[in-house]
Amino acid sequence: MQFNRDELLGAYRRMKVIREFEERLHEEIKTGEIAGFTHLYAGQEAVAVGICDQLTVEDMIVSTHRGHGHCIAKGCDVKGMMKEIFGRAGGLCKGRGGSMHIADLDVGMLGANGIVGGGAPQAVGAAIAARIDGKGRVGIAFSGDGACNQGTTFEAMNLAVVTKVPAIFVFENNHYSEHTGDAYAVGTNKDIASRAEGFGMKAWRANGCDFFETYTAFAELLEYVRAGNGPAAIELDTERYYGHFEGDPQRYRGKGEIDRIRAERDCLKAFRAKVVGAALLTDDDLDKVDAEVIAQIEEAVVEARADELPDPATVADDVYVEYY
Amino acid sequence: MAIMNIREAIVSTLHAEMERDSDIILLGEDVVGGNGTAGGPEAIGGIWGTSPGLWEKFGPERVIDTPISESAIIGAAAGAALAGKRPVAELMFADFVGVSLDQIWNQMAKFRYMFGGKTKCPAVVRLVYGAGMSTAAQHSQSVYAMLTAMPGLKVVLPTTPADAKGLLTEALRGDDPVMYFEHKTLYGVKGEVPDGDYRQRFGEARMVREGGDVTVVACGRMVNFSEKAADKLAADGIGMDLLDLRTTSPLDEDAILESVEQTGRLVVVDETPPRCSLAADICAMVAQRAFSSLKAPPQMVTAPHSPIPFARNLERAWVPSPQKVEEAVRRVLAFR
Ligand SMILES: Cc1ncc(C[n+]2csc(CCOP(=O)(O)OP(=O)(O)O)c2C)c(N)n1
Repeated sequence: MQFNRDELLGAYRRMKVIREFEERLHEEIKTGEIAGFTHLYAGQEAVAVGICDQLTVEDMIVSTHRGHGHCIAKGCDVKGMMKEIFGRAGGLCKGRGGSMHIADLDVGMLGANGIVGGGAPQAVGAAIAARIDGKGRVGIAFSGDGACNQGTTFEAMNLAVVTKVPAIFVFENNHYSEHTGDAYAVGTNKDIASRAEGFGMKAWRANGCDFFETYTAFAELLEYVRAGNGPAAIELDTERYYGHFEGDPQRYRGKGEIDRIRAERDCLKAFRAKVVGAALLTDDDLDKVDAEVIAQIEEAVVEARADELPDPATVADDVYVEYY
Repeated sequence: MAIMNIREAIVSTLHAEMERDSDIILLGEDVVGGNGTAGGPEAIGGIWGTSPGLWEKFGPERVIDTPISESAIIGAAAGAALAGKRPVAELMFADFVGVSLDQIWNQMAKFRYMFGGKTKCPAVVRLVYGAGMSTAAQHSQSVYAMLTAMPGLKVVLPTTPADAKGLLTEALRGDDPVMYFEHKTLYGVKGEVPDGDYRQRFGEARMVREGGDVTVVACGRMVNFSEKAADKLAADGIGMDLLDLRTTSPLDEDAILESVEQTGRLVVVDETPPRCSLAADICAMVAQRAFSSLKAPPQMVTAPHSPIPFARNLERAWVPSPQKVEEAVRRVLAFR
């Protein structure tokens, strides 16, 4: 896979925006100003970006309760997301959805989802629509290792195979569903891709902490699906840095586990090492991106904090488009 | 009597009942917690802290962590109940009834009737419900009204630690499927809990206070909100009969009617949208059976007809409040 300088800088920037967004939220949550549940995506950036970098706004994704990374990678407005998470009127969903329910249909982001397994059938529906439209679009479901145990996910995979639609199942295996490990909860050799194969679709496997491996595997998959071969799946081995939700004390994790994965499996560090090592970019180039992104997220937080609260009188608006 | 909070009352009841009856099993997502991780089992003891120590005491045959598969959890509970066990299945958010609804509604609720009364299905489903933590539209719902509408299910909603124990014990010793609702904001509520064997019969409302001017009927967190309103109203010399339903199926119609016959005024407080709600149901029952006692139209204090919003200030506007209860009481009293 060949990338030019701009493509590399762009990919790094998107990963860094996600990382900084999440690291900053991790700090902001301690102020008590952010309500509800927040599930951070930090550690898994190479998956969202390695995949969404190859999509257009016409392609449609459905996301999970851990959706910030998918939203950012797909092109959602970062300031609008921050306002949403702060529960402000200017948020992407007017403060009604919060962290778990961000959507922006204009960029092909059909929604984060508070229901584990809720999204996969919807991706099949999007793929049905895509096939009818005939423009070569795809419908993509992001699911965790936990979500792969949900009946909806099984039903969605089977329906996609039966209907031969351009649906793509992306399994992000960060090895935990809440506080339970995949070694306990996932049957079939602990390999989710083989389940997809069991349903009769072609499946790929890649190191989800490596942007280039993820990108390359997904490029093959995407070509295969866009060519009209029906659905496909990919399982990505990745890592979650923070707790299941913010505030989770993570007593189920091994001693030093997080330090180790941060040191050995960090997708941003791996990216930097590769591109600098191959003299494609310099440390200075990337440091410059880092500084710009930090300033961008700072601005988003400041604006979110300054934005108005939603008007309580509007609480029952938007239930229907029209009601007679 | 011991002083404990609702969470502690639930944990201790589960321990005591599982010790007493070896047919009781517990299953759900992360009820053990930590399985398959370096931290190991019992790293969590339940996402709401309602099952610590159970795995250690009763082992993996009776305390079962499940994958994220609510249909399978509830369906397995239904099957285990048919096979002679007494399963307690946990849904960490009542909203996930959505995923498992067929197993609750078409299966466990109907077995007894469909099979000619020859079967029983002694399963308890514990559901964590309610707004108040900004958990937004898919993690905050009070689905008790919906399940109350389903024949075959018993629906219970403890609001005190004593009732948490009494109602759970009753659920675990009965032979019907019971939906046991735990309000996510009430776990820390403290109170006296009777020692030893303590059961609270279903279908017996609790008279929280007697005031004589107006009957207020509530369940769950709405009982506590109504008490706050009662304090305010008492300062103006207005006395409230406050009934905590404890169970919505069966419903203590007699207690409601008896009070309304005295006061002539009814306010029902319900943490759900108004259409086809518990409030609507009770108002209809009273209008039908005690019309001549009524001095004013019954009032419903409910959420608006909308999903539950995320932002704190919006959620506060959505949930019925003590102030709205107070206003409704003043409205029925002002009616001429
Ligand atoms: C239907 C349903 N069941 C349970 C939950 C609670 N819950 C939220 S996230 C989660 C774990 C999901 O694990 P996984 O799919 O591996 O995603 P990850 O958190 O690792 O990103 C659970 C059990 C839920 N939101 N919806």
